[in-house]
Amino acid sequence: MATVEVTFTPLPAHVRTARLVATAVARRSGVNEALLDEVRLAVGEACSRAVEAHRRHCPAEPVKIEMTDQGERFVVVVSDHAPTTTAGSVGANGHAVSQGTAPGAAAVVQSADDPGIPAGFGLAVISGLADDVRVSSTSSGVSVRMSWPSAAPTA
Amino acid sequence: MDLKLGHYNKDGIEVVDVEGEIDVYTAPRLRELLIDLVNKNNYQLVVNMEKVEFLDSTGLGVLVGGLKRVRAHDGSLDLVCTQERILKIFRITGLTKVFGIHNTVDEAIAAKKSEK
Repeated sequence: MATVEVTFTPLPAHVRTARLVATAVARRSGVNEALLDEVRLAVGEACSRAVEAHRRHCPAEPVKIEMTDQGERFVVVVSDHAPTTTAGSVGANGHAVSQGTAPGAAAVVQSADDPGIPAGFGLAVISGLADDVRVSSTSSGVSVRMSWPSAAPTA
Repeated sequence: MDLKLGHYNKDGIEVVDVEGEIDVYTAPRLRELLIDLVNKNNYQLVVNMEKVEFLDSTGLGVLVGGLKRVRAHDGSLDLVCTQERILKIFRITGLTKVFGIHNTVDEAIAAKKSEK
């Protein structure tokens, strides 16, 4: 069972709230202060991706975040319910993503068009922030699982 | 914290002051300002990010979009940023090679003048 579970309406304004909650729970779970900025940014990226997917496909469905203290790891799972075309490992919008590798900067500038950047860019950023990232796709949506080392929480 | 935006002209270069958090919610306001400045023929831009507390890939996309717009007019968009937590996302994405990143607004302006 998740230590903390949050569901929110897929509105951009709520992504900040999700970031703040995740950072607070990470701190409470004993994640090193030096890593909290990474948790905040990675969770924000995952939630932004999910919100955009829901707004396109299922704006009435909430986005879910589960934060679990597993003793030595603090685990965050951000799940959406937007339909994907392919199962397995996917990036934003269901496109394949090479984890741990951000798209080339020149390619980003070449293809960037307001309001966005290439599909999968947010997930590539997450991969650069969390040392353990798993992106999985099922018929019911995409799930981004991230974890960071944590110490045992104080009583 | 919400996003606060301001801008002023110094030595023919438009300086945009950004304060607060740039994310999926607030980034559209920064995008609108950059578009407005370019539409008013400001093609030499410096975005001062010293008071930015948070920046995500949506914000990066807006900055890259602004860079593309000014480049279309042979202009440039430089950044002022010394905060490690903000610089980190530029490094992760390789965008440190795309933007001129300076320590102060004066340094950014001086660099732009030397390019002319």
